[in-house]
Amino acid sequence: MGTQKERYQSGVIPYKQMGYWQPDYEPTETDIIALFRITPQEGVDPDEAAAAVAGESSTATWTVVWTDRLTACEMYRAKAYRVDPVPNAPGQYFAYIAYDLALFEEGSIANLTASIIGNVFGFKPLKALRLEDMRFPVAYVKTFQGPPTGIVVERERLEKYGRPLLGATTKPKLGLSGRNYGRVVYEALKGGLDFVKDDENINSQPFMHWRDRFLFVMEAVNKASAATGEVKGHYLNITAATMEDMYERAEFARELGSVIVMIDLVIGYTAIQSISRWCRKNDMILHLHRAGHGTYTRQKTHGISFRVISKWMRLAGVDHIHAGTVVGKLEGDPNMVQGFYNILRETKNEQDLQRGIFFEQDWAALRKVMPVASGGIHAGQMHQLIHYLGEDCVLQFGGGTIGHPEGVHAGATANRVALEAVILARNEGRDIWNEGPQILEQAAKSCAPLQAALDTWKDITFNYASTDTADFVPTATASS
Amino acid sequence: MRITQGTFSFLPDLSDEQIRAQIEYALRQDWAVSVEYTDDPHPRNCYWEMWGMPMFDIRDAVGILFEVSACRKAFPSHYVRVNAFDSTQGWETIRLSFIVNRPPNEPGFRLIRQEAQGRNIRYTLQPYATDKPEGERYS
Repeated sequence: MGTQKERYQSGVIPYKQMGYWQPDYEPTETDIIALFRITPQEGVDPDEAAAAVAGESSTATWTVVWTDRLTACEMYRAKAYRVDPVPNAPGQYFAYIAYDLALFEEGSIANLTASIIGNVFGFKPLKALRLEDMRFPVAYVKTFQGPPTGIVVERERLEKYGRPLLGATTKPKLGLSGRNYGRVVYEALKGGLDFVKDDENINSQPFMHWRDRFLFVMEAVNKASAATGEVKGHYLNITAATMEDMYERAEFARELGSVIVMIDLVIGYTAIQSISRWCRKNDMILHLHRAGHGTYTRQKTHGISFRVISKWMRLAGVDHIHAGTVVGKLEGDPNMVQGFYNILRETKNEQDLQRGIFFEQDWAALRKVMPVASGGIHAGQMHQLIHYLGEDCVLQFGGGTIGHPEGVHAGATANRVALEAVILARNEGRDIWNEGPQILEQAAKSCAPLQAALDTWKDITFNYASTDTADFVPTATASS
Repeated sequence: MRITQGTFSFLPDLSDEQIRAQIEYALRQDWAVSVEYTDDPHPRNCYWEMWGMPMFDIRDAVGILFEVSACRKAFPSHYVRVNAFDSTQGWETIRLSFIVNRPPNEPGFRLIRQEAQGRNIRYTLQPYATDKPEGERYS
């Protein structure tokens, strides 16, 4: 583009020529970088499409505006600086876009996301658009408080080390009265679980108002603690229509001595950050159920990768987040899931394309988030779960506890014995991936409930191809 | 009842050989092993008495197992646990903790319910053993 005068003549010019495409640009250490997968409409130049995404997620509108000249507009413009074809995916491109730090308010996921995903996803020249990954400069990371508790402090508060924590979601999801609900909680905790969980849609319905649930559940938690000598917990879901209601429920949970409260992702980023601050003030562990995420994380061509949601939630500040099981009933390619877990748990991420991590990310001493594996898992998969997910996570067996043929207590015991047996064997240096079934059979000899669990579910696997897979290596969903 | 604190309480009591294998695992991770004992099993009693300092400089499982045995011999009716401590940045905490000795009889806990306003109840746990003074609890 020629002179400034020509650039600012009224009318429409390509985004590329407006300054949003800068192939020579080298991102600075303080830039925020977003990586988009773009699928341009037929005939649209990929570089122009990338420039359009950069433009629409920063300063641009569809036409030239003279008021740009009242600003340091070159700095405020996002810069698309690299466009690569996606391997083995004709018509798709990875577009790297850099944003100056000055574009963002400190410590606000709402502001960040309003910029990055606020306007561009419905943009007509693109058939589809997916936010694949982001890199945050340390200067920006430090404007967030992060998880109120984190893995280390959670373990120190619970006095539980060296193994994954065990949980279960109370079932049936809907219809139990407070008293009946508490029965399930008591049996599961006494049987050996560390936590029981409200489901995402347990709030305050006609069959069970929230105060009733909280009171019966805390009776169950304390009674189980007395029966075992362990700290026990139940994720009391405080999701509600307004922040005022949520604070009221959170305060009641605290008053009753609960160690943990729970929220659903659907409450929104601002509500999550608010309750995170409350948790930090009140020594409360914060559990996040990722309700609704599958609507935009699952398909590879459009939406937001869950690794980006993981990053946002570590910044926003949650202590637990559901992040996939690999082997269970819900979507989850092994490499992708390990990528999410690494983002949540590592002090610093290195680039790891096989696991979908495109950028190095220094977490600036932000606390670690405990990933939660939940959905269609059972005791017979214990060695696979530990192989894929490691020990710093919560393994949640809902049906795999409550559906046990001998009852909830037996189901919980089966899971706990299986877990401890596999960890013991792993630490002894045994090859749990290959010897897992024998290790479990051996442990079942002194634990009848585990034998019953293995017999009931031994052939249950969820063997489907994953939708969300790595672009850089061929992978298959875990089986058997 | 059987108190189920610690990493392996749902398994049968560990043999010395099994304990040694776990200590070897901790040493391979470069963690420091320590031994602690108590006769107050309240779940929020985190400061058990230290059987000496964490053994930062003992890198031999047999030597550590010797200390474990000495502690068990000195306190045969106490709870004794083995901890493994990781001092790397971002952890700086215990990474493994398991019970290696427990009293022959574990009477458990009294759950005290104080009825408060409305339907609120204030819960307190008390080990029956701590009705007696320290040192006289499990004899």
